[in-house]
Amino acid sequence: MGFEVSREGDVTVLDVEGQLIVGNRQELKQMVLDRLEEGEKRFLVDFDKTGYIDSSGLGVLVSLSKKIREQGGELRLANLNEDLRTLFELTKLDTLFQIADSRDEALSSF
Amino acid sequence: MEPQHVLELPNDLGAIERSVDYLLERCRDAGFDERRLRLNLRVGVAEALANAMMYGNARDPAKHVTLEAWISGSRIRIRITDEGAGFNPDALPDPTLPQNRTRTHGRGVYLIQELMDEVTFNAEGNSIEMVLHAEEGGSSRTREAS
Repeated sequence: MGFEVSREGDVTVLDVEGQLIVGNRQELKQMVLDRLEEGEKRFLVDFDKTGYIDSSGLGVLVSLSKKIREQGGELRLANLNEDLRTLFELTKLDTLFQIADSRDEALSSF
Repeated sequence: MEPQHVLELPNDLGAIERSVDYLLERCRDAGFDERRLRLNLRVGVAEALANAMMYGNARDPAKHVTLEAWISGSRIRIRITDEGAGFNPDALPDPTLPQNRTRTHGRGVYLIQELMDEVTFNAEGNSIEMVLHAEEGGSSRTREAS
């Protein structure tokens, strides 16, 4: 369980492996905030390897979305499985985020 | 009826995943629908335990959370109780309203209520009881005393 950071052109890609939950959400938040402070503007969180996101994880995505936007940046999400998509739909967060079906689709949407 | 499973948990967020996995395995053995376990039960139990530890027990490492479970072939009933003063679940704002969607907290109880078949709180608000049927649209074939 963890996070992997890589670059695809001018996009910072964060792969969430395992879970995004109350126990590790601050780690993801700090990784993004550090890069935001360094001037990076475009972020993609890829959930291809993610089994579960809890409400704290959803909350940290909302928080990051706001902070990235405040800095003039953009956040995209990609590869939500059926369970994760259900959580976004139930909470209506699917209306708040730009969610792509694939990493390539997300990258080309910036 | 006495619970079949009682877990006295430390007020440690690391205990959440182990407790969820323990209940999932017991329910798999009882023949529950896999998606209802993976999504509904996982979310319901994990969110209730996180709320109990973070808000009910205010992250106090000296406190504990009690998880009790009754499992039959048709449903699981779970009671989670913390040592806090309780809260009023009716006072929670609806996180799906447009004005609340950008809030960073306040989705846990909502998700529990959406994904579990029955949810009740005790009068003090420090104990939540949840029921999940083994299959979607299932009904309780057994009745147990609260």
